[in-house]
Amino acid sequence: MKVVVQQLGDALVIRVDQDRIDAASAIQFKDQMRQLTQSGTPRVVLDLAQVAFIDSSGLGAIVAAMKGLGSTQKLELSGLTDTVKKVFRLTRMDTVFTIHSDLPVNLAKAG
Amino acid sequence: MTAHQTFRRQASHVIVHADALAVRHGLASLFAQEPLNCLSDDLRGTAEIVMAEVLNNIVEHAYAAQSGAIEVSIDLGENGLECAITDNGAPMPSSDLPKGKPYALDQMDDLPEGGFGWFLIRSLAQDLQYSRFRDQNFLRFRLPAHALVS
Repeated sequence: MKVVVQQLGDALVIRVDQDRIDAASAIQFKDQMRQLTQSGTPRVVLDLAQVAFIDSSGLGAIVAAMKGLGSTQKLELSGLTDTVKKVFRLTRMDTVFTIHSDLPVNLAKAG
Repeated sequence: MTAHQTFRRQASHVIVHADALAVRHGLASLFAQEPLNCLSDDLRGTAEIVMAEVLNNIVEHAYAAQSGAIEVSIDLGENGLECAITDNGAPMPSSDLPKGKPYALDQMDDLPEGGFGWFLIRSLAQDLQYSRFRDQNFLRFRLPAHALVS
């Protein structure tokens, strides 16, 4: 799973550079998220703007990534495409995560 | 010719080997051909969510202890997309479809990481029917395709 990691302002931005997070890639994605966030960065933004499709395994991996964070860390999501948004809405996971329609402006500027 | 066949316009048929990567490729193939490639973006998203969950469930459960094939047929009918999925894996537990109940989201530490599959399928698919006959599982359901059927 290709991801691009960038420190923007106070946030570690992890951009998924694949068009899907599915059952074939969920475990690898979960492992990558654990490695990338173990430094303890307080704010992690997962940029999903390139991801056109997510299945329930992919959703489970994102939930697992959030649960794997330390108590002082927070995971936010950004750039959900329509089908990904639909999966979050139907499962009501959109009520659990902070979701930005785009990368927060202050982050983009800080980069 | 039956009434149903009169309305049949387009159909697709693929056989997918029961593993996660083959499911990804099988979905790509299905959505590249008629009738699924004609759907609006919204209905295509709905169809892909349901098809992915159905196929992944078969890989993870019916074929948990063996390998095998999954046969997918999709017909564009009068009332939407008629989907039929067949596999030779283990039967559904208690010979029925999982309920896919909603789950609690109020405990941050205890959020579910799975169990969304049947919830999504039941939210989006219509007329779900499951049967078991001669060591085969048959799943049928309908997906909306309003944009196509006037």
